[in-house]
Amino acid sequence: MKFGFEKRDRMPGYMRILNPVIFVILALAFCGILILTLGFNPLSVYTKMLKSAFGTGRGLSQSILYSIPLMLCGLAVSVAFKMNLNNIGAEGQYAIGAFAATAIVQFLPPMPVCIQLPVMFLVAIIAGAIWGGIAVLPKAFWDVNETIVTLMLNYVALLVLDYVCYGPWRNTTLTVPYTDTFPESAWLPNIPGTNIGIGFLIAIVVAIVIYLFFRFTTSGYQISVIRNSISAAKYAGINIKKNIIIVMLISGALAGMAGFVQVCGLTHKLQPNLPNNAGFTAIVIAYLSKFNPLVVILVSIFFGGLTTGSYAVQISGVPSQVATLIQGAILLFVLAGEIFTRYKFSFSHKEKMVSANKGGEA
Amino acid sequence: MSLLTSILASTISVAVIMLYATIGEIISQRAGIMNLGLEGIMLMGAVSAYFTVVHTHSLALAILTVIVVGALLGLIYAFITVTLQANQVVAGLAMMTFGSGLSGFIGNSITGVAANLKFESLPIPLLSKIPVIGKIFFSQNLLVYILYVIVAIVIVYIYKTRPGMTLRALGENPGALDAVGINVFALRYAYCIVGTILVAMGGAYMSIAYSNSWQEGMTGGYGWIAAALVVFSAWNPAMAVVGSVLFGFISIIGNYMQAYFPFIPVKFVAMLPYIFTIIVLILTTGNFRKKHTEAPAALCVPYDRESR
Repeated sequence: MKFGFEKRDRMPGYMRILNPVIFVILALAFCGILILTLGFNPLSVYTKMLKSAFGTGRGLSQSILYSIPLMLCGLAVSVAFKMNLNNIGAEGQYAIGAFAATAIVQFLPPMPVCIQLPVMFLVAIIAGAIWGGIAVLPKAFWDVNETIVTLMLNYVALLVLDYVCYGPWRNTTLTVPYTDTFPESAWLPNIPGTNIGIGFLIAIVVAIVIYLFFRFTTSGYQISVIRNSISAAKYAGINIKKNIIIVMLISGALAGMAGFVQVCGLTHKLQPNLPNNAGFTAIVIAYLSKFNPLVVILVSIFFGGLTTGSYAVQISGVPSQVATLIQGAILLFVLAGEIFTRYKFSFSHKEKMVSANKGGEA
Repeated sequence: MSLLTSILASTISVAVIMLYATIGEIISQRAGIMNLGLEGIMLMGAVSAYFTVVHTHSLALAILTVIVVGALLGLIYAFITVTLQANQVVAGLAMMTFGSGLSGFIGNSITGVAANLKFESLPIPLLSKIPVIGKIFFSQNLLVYILYVIVAIVIVYIYKTRPGMTLRALGENPGALDAVGINVFALRYAYCIVGTILVAMGGAYMSIAYSNSWQEGMTGGYGWIAAALVVFSAWNPAMAVVGSVLFGFISIIGNYMQAYFPFIPVKFVAMLPYIFTIIVLILTTGNFRKKHTEAPAALCVPYDRESR
């Protein structure tokens, strides 16, 4: 009997969901081995993470809280990746959004809630869009690689946060580098009856809007065309430059919105390293969701749970970096598993078998 | 004069961090494999070197560990991108996340632990006595000298030898190599692994020669700057030397500026290398120039015999 890979055109629908799930489980098993070699029991680590993240009402709401900026950044990254635009600068756009929202509190006198929050919201998304825009203009006009530019701007943005938090905006009565707490007119309310911020609903609404945009509008369709084939898009008369810029502005605005939601909804002040890797986790989320905005919401909650869980096991000595480790491993494994969208395993006696490109035997 | 000499000497010691990674990435990209996970791989190199030194007090063992770790990461990356033909941009990002997570996880127990052992500076007899140049280039540590040798070998290898020509073809036209019976997959595996080992060495240099400590995320963007340097250098190792010295200078000059211009906030000075990277990237790769840099033609394109 022969065993090998056979090419296939289309993966059956159920397999398209099952395949990544299998590889997520394999990634968890792989991380389990790493956890084991460092002297912890992976089963009890995982059980504890799962229980603390989703097992109790408090854990669940904590997980959702962590997931809100992930959702908005995940949506930001998805929108850009959907057009093959590698925005890995969500981290920086998020930071600048939070910075801009805080600037309103710092420089302008307190306003009534119904003015203060919308103003902060607008300023944050505009700032995020500008930060994304800086990165994309060289791409649009001179075809400069946006991956490295967006990434570099992350460091600059985080240093801006550092500067204001340690410098001019620092609340000097504190030992930690935080700004003053915002006046309550700049606080986003919670969803009534819970301690989950209204940001959760904002993220869901944004996700639905993006979904409808790609499904039902001409611009949304144009973006999908550009993704699939630049030359086809050119031939159809689609303005690629314009679309690249618009998509990046939207992407930056969404990440900036995450900054607004976080400072107004949760921390009520600015602090250094506020994004805390959300912009990078967002890349993993976007890719796992296959850039589908509604799936982004679900995957983000899972990753929010990962954060809750990692803090819970920290008490028993497991480094909280286990969360990042698992994220990276999941992305590696799911990526590796994509071979099965193009090939399938087969067992047969026939000679027709086409073996996949194996490193050594080719 | 002595101030300038010491600025340039510390420029070299920072440049080495980036140069290890840049040379490694050039080798890998010349073979057609883009690995954007430099940051994660460097962190893994840094943590495994420091971890070994803390636990065994042996620098030789530390280097050995880094080579093994680098080779393993390279093997994983090659498997995913060459055999499984995954999207290399996303695979690189995955590698970055995985590397920074795993390094933080392993390094948690040695954060703030003093190793009390590192590659000390080792002036080369005679050469280090040359005025100025001796102080700048030949009063460094062993890992710096090893890099000098590696760079020389890589330059000669790529441009003057037959296997070097094959390496260049690997990133330009792998189909042609396959046609003459050269195993494209095996070669890509090999170069990806060699490249990753060098990248990991850059991280190791940072933890056990440059700073003698481990801190989560200590590479602070050097890996990404190295990725930009690859483009800047037009995949030419000699230009990579120029580029990394330039960037070493930019990173180090801030500390000296602080002494003379104390009114410039430290955080602004710290932004310089990143802003400089963006500007240089635009200037060298923007297509407004008649002769802008072109990447190897088959970079990021998985080789698939069936679609030949």
